[in-house]
Amino acid sequence: MNRSVKDTASEFPAVAGRLNAVPSQSPGYWTLVRKRLMRDPVTLIAAAVLVLIVLSAIFAPLLAPYDPFMGKITQRMKPVGFAGHLLGTDETGRDMLSRLLYGGRLSLTSGIVPVAIALAVGGFLGISAGFFGGPVNSVIMRVTDIFYAFPSILLAIAICGMLGTGLFNTLVSLTLVFIPPIIRISESVTTQVRSLDFVEAARASGARPFALMRYQVLPNVLAPILVYATSLVSLAIILAAGLSFLGLGVSAPAAEWGLMLNSLRQMIYIDPLLAALPGVLIFLTSMCFNLISDGLRSAMDVRLKL
Amino acid sequence: MTRNDPSARALRISDMPRDRGGPAQPMLILKDYKKHFPIRKGVLNRTVGHVQAVDGVSLTVMKGEILGVVGESGCGKSTLSRLIMHLIEPDSGEMIFDGDPLSEHTGLTVQALRRNMQMVFQDSFSSLNPRMTIEDAIAFAPMMNGVGRDEALARSRGLLDQVGLAAAMFARRYPHELSGGQRQRVNIARALAVEPRMVILDEAVSALDKSVEAQVLQLLIELQERFDLTYIFVSHDLNVVRYISDRIAVMYLGRVVETGSVDQIWDNARHPYTQALLASIPSLDPDRRTTAAPISGDPPNPIDPPSGCRFRTRCPFAETLCATTAPEVQPVQDGAGHTVACHMENPASGHSRAGTGARLKEIAQ
Repeated sequence: MNRSVKDTASEFPAVAGRLNAVPSQSPGYWTLVRKRLMRDPVTLIAAAVLVLIVLSAIFAPLLAPYDPFMGKITQRMKPVGFAGHLLGTDETGRDMLSRLLYGGRLSLTSGIVPVAIALAVGGFLGISAGFFGGPVNSVIMRVTDIFYAFPSILLAIAICGMLGTGLFNTLVSLTLVFIPPIIRISESVTTQVRSLDFVEAARASGARPFALMRYQVLPNVLAPILVYATSLVSLAIILAAGLSFLGLGVSAPAAEWGLMLNSLRQMIYIDPLLAALPGVLIFLTSMCFNLISDGLRSAMDVRLKL
Repeated sequence: MTRNDPSARALRISDMPRDRGGPAQPMLILKDYKKHFPIRKGVLNRTVGHVQAVDGVSLTVMKGEILGVVGESGCGKSTLSRLIMHLIEPDSGEMIFDGDPLSEHTGLTVQALRRNMQMVFQDSFSSLNPRMTIEDAIAFAPMMNGVGRDEALARSRGLLDQVGLAAAMFARRYPHELSGGQRQRVNIARALAVEPRMVILDEAVSALDKSVEAQVLQLLIELQERFDLTYIFVSHDLNVVRYISDRIAVMYLGRVVETGSVDQIWDNARHPYTQALLASIPSLDPDRRTTAAPISGDPPNPIDPPSGCRFRTRCPFAETLCATTAPEVQPVQDGAGHTVACHMENPASGHSRAGTGARLKEIAQ
């Protein structure tokens, strides 16, 4: 057997020669994800509707035709389409359109903020648990299991009941409710990635644990965690609405979709369409988040082959 | 860029003189390395047994040498590679790297060892981060050892050219856009990026198809000569090991049963297991078909390995002595550096064939 060194320039020398002049730049992962999302009409429509809802909430003071907190007792319970009040008025004569626009601010806040905080805290804890394993994993995951013993709505009610009403306490309780599921997802995906050879190889190259987590593990677990968190936003909106409905969240006269649903519930026999309006918005918003989450799930599944 | 080039020297991570022990000092000496994985069961996590993956392995690798490590699946080859890299901590054993004992406080640290020793894994895909371009993947290790980003990227592109991948074409690509052979070239470049003196190739070519395997083997030989490297080449493919290695160590169930030069092993295998392994290579000559299985049965369970000699359950020459006493590793009369762990090689052992070194071929006929 001959040990002379052959030309190993490339497996495809001809192609290499031709393309050498043009530096080849592959699209990055996020570019690919964006391209895929652009070809997904359902996700695009959901995103457009969501942007519309968010914008209308942000610009509520400019868009609202009336003061959302001042009602005319003579103008109570006007139906949808009533002259001057496009979406009618509620049981104290406040303009529904204005209240729904303002309500979006609180409802979207209580949907997005707790999930964002829970994503940061739970993601960090879950990735640490999965990465370090052993006792670190045991401590974090057993504490998570304790929280898991309660259904999420009951847990939110319990924490909120303990802390008292108000927006801040609602956000705190929802954050606490969402940390355990995010920990669990992060831990399971990290455990899968941790044992792959490229992490071992990076460890063998002398990288410290923090660098391994930051550069090798995090980019590979971010997508599934992000997708899961997006799907939680709709749940957060519904839970926040539920808390307000039960009188534990924000309190009257604040404009919040769940609270509006609660105060209008006695009117359901008088004008069911009017009473359902806040619910329609809750449904629409959470639907949008769910569809976007589904779209992200398929778009982010770009040739991972883990 | 070669190792002797002053510009290459400037890129060097450590200012430590590279050859510390001199040419006669072996690159690596392993003494009695052991790793027993505990098997835990039940809610209390009680240890119910141990998988004796590596059980007292001693090896010596000379400078510039390619040591082939062969053995069946499950004999502990891969565990041994990871033990040497200290990706798994050994239970016991001593390591001396170029004259420096490995010890966290008084000798060479694991961190320092890893700057001198790198590893290439079998699975070319899972050993590359799917979210990193290949130039970043190669530059990662030097950056983790204090080399600046620009310098590390320059080195990465230089190495891509060295392993036969045009940097201009491949540097910014992702692993899934490369073929298996190209990915393994990237992995080799990645291992060389910290300028190691020794590389462990753990089944590095086994997953490639034959034509690509040959190209990558050629590349490995070329790089070994160019960078003055020492390899431990772990494989189950005897022909490949014969082709690339200077010396061979044969492993069975967590122990080294025979070591020797390629010729010593091929022409004068002393251990019945080595003989059986060699006999199992399919012949290319249709008149010399293998008709009888060289050895039968599966390797015994490493949780509860046989007493005495571990091969005795499958060895045609096994006697009561083999069950009671584990054979010592001893030099073979015929040649320097040829060692074997078998009672038949020791005239004083009391085995009925002691000193005669009976051959598997004889009883097959």
